[in-house]
This record gives sequence, structure tokens and C-alpha cells, in this order.
Amino acid sequence: MSAVEHSQPSLLFRRVLLLPLLAFAGGLAYAVLSLPEQATGLSDQVAANMETSGVSNPVTAVLLNFRGYDTLLEMAVLLVALLGVWSLGSAVVHRRVDPEPVLSILVGGLVPMMIMMAGYLLWVGAAAPGGAFQAGSVLAASGILLLLSGRHLPVRLLGRPLRLVLVLGLGAFVAVGVALLSASGMFLQYPPGLAGAFILLIEAAATLSIGVTLTALFLGGRPDPDA
Amino acid sequence: MNSILLYALLGVGLFTLGLHALIVHAHLLRKILAINVMGSGVFLMLVALGGRTPGASPDPVPHAMVITGIVVAVSATALALALLLRMQAKTGRTQLPEERLE
Repeated sequence: MSAVEHSQPSLLFRRVLLLPLLAFAGGLAYAVLSLPEQATGLSDQVAANMETSGVSNPVTAVLLNFRGYDTLLEMAVLLVALLGVWSLGSAVVHRRVDPEPVLSILVGGLVPMMIMMAGYLLWVGAAAPGGAFQAGSVLAASGILLLLSGRHLPVRLLGRPLRLVLVLGLGAFVAVGVALLSASGMFLQYPPGLAGAFILLIEAAATLSIGVTLTALFLGGRPDPDA
Repeated sequence: MNSILLYALLGVGLFTLGLHALIVHAHLLRKILAINVMGSGVFLMLVALGGRTPGASPDPVPHAMVITGIVVAVSATALALALLLRMQAKTGRTQLPEERLE
């Protein structure tokens, strides 16, 4: 731990820094405290349009229907972040060790349950808290668990199959959007009766992509088939 | 003071703590963590303030925005960590070079 590597600002600077920071926090706190006690925000508009949204969970309706653009662009952000990580270099190859039997059995039992859990969260998201992001996170957790316990994807899946799953979420989103654009003239404007089906389709694709993308981000680099 | 304001003010506190750490610490890992703490403060504030609706159910729009924000924060953190690891491997340093004002 050299002095250059961990240079700290002087004590005086840190003391003086406290003043503007406390003033800043005070300003923010004042702003929070001066907000009206009750505010409906956009909840009335959401409640009024829930009938046409195709789902009964307001958060899912906002995410996938009313503000579908946000979620579409968010899938793009995830993909771009992964491309950024991959462009920095290939994944560090860790020493491959055989997991101990206890860990192996535990992982073998946990991962199928986590995949089922992800499927449940995806399905229940239409009516209760849950949805593509929650399901994708659980899926990613199971993927990271598999990586940590020394199980890797077979090399033949690292190329095109992996990339296909990574772009599946964004691809399905854009495909549905473009199909609806050509059918009804509005991008991501679901037809009233079919909104639920479209949302489930997009969410299923997004769940897979989110899970695999987060797991790939955890690897910290491009997986090389020859490594 | 009701619990909504308590959580919102906690969010303000987290944001300020993170901002302090971001300024004071030179190590880039600490800066990345500080930005995450700041983000958590913003999320906490948004979710808390979304609960000010008169009815029982909170405003779903801030909640949806926070879900979006969490995913973006996670992926940005992963990219930042990968950049940090790359920089450390290339230069051996874990902090940005000092700029001397002449």
C-alpha cells in the first residue's frame, strides 16, 4: 500500500468539504420536506387505463405498456454495457477445479428450483409484484452460482447460440414494435385484446436475455471458445 | 413525521454519504461503490415519494422507473468494474492520474 496509490485529500480539505455537503443535504432535505403531503402523481392515469393494458399489475403495465420505450431502451443499455465489457478483452480463465460433492449436490438441487422460481416470477408479474427483471435476476443468480461452482457452458454454445439469447429480448421487443407499426401505424401500440399476450411474449424473451446478460457481465470479459 | 418522509430523508442521507465518498476517495473501486450508494439513495427517495398517493396503492410510475434504474445501474457498474480491471492490468494503477493545476 504505497502512498502514491492511496493518496488521500488533506484533513483540512475534508473538514472544509463537510460544509458544502451538509448545505447540499440540507437543501435536498428541505426540498423533500416542502413537497405536498399527498400527491397522486400519475397513478390516476394509470388506474384509468389499466383495463386496456392487458395485465393487472400496475407496475408491469407501466413498464411494458405505457412506458414501453423506457424498457426497450433499457434492454439496449444492457446489451451495450455487455458489448463494452466484451470489447475490453476476453474473460479471465480461472483455474478449473472440481467442486466438492456437497457444493455440487447443492447447486444441482438449487439451480432447477431457481429456474422454476424465475418462471413463476415471470408469470405472476402480470398480476402481482414480479416480472421480467425480477425473473431475469433470479436466472442470473443461478447462472453465477453455476459459474462459481465450476460449471461452464459447453464451448459449442459460446458462439452463435449465446449471442442469439443475448439479443433475444431486444430483438423480440423491436420485432413486436415493428410488426405493430406496420399493422396499426403506431410503434408498440398493442391491440386491446392481445396486449397481455404481447407483453408475456416480450417479457419471456427479456427474462432470458436479462439473465444471460447479467451472468455474462459477471464473467467480466468475452468468453473465448479457444480459451 | 411519517414513514414516507423518513425513507425519503434517508435517501437524501445515502446520496450525500455517497457523494462525500466519491469526492474523498481516490481509489476507483471506492468511487464506483460510492456512485452505487448515491444511486441507492435516489431509488429509495423515488420509491418512498411514490407512496404519497391518497389511496392504498402507491404510484406505479416511480416504481417502474426504479426497476429500470436498478438494471441500468447494475450494468453500468459491471462495465465500470471491467474498465477498472483492464486499467489495473495495463497500468498497475487503481486511481486516475492527478491533474496538477499550474
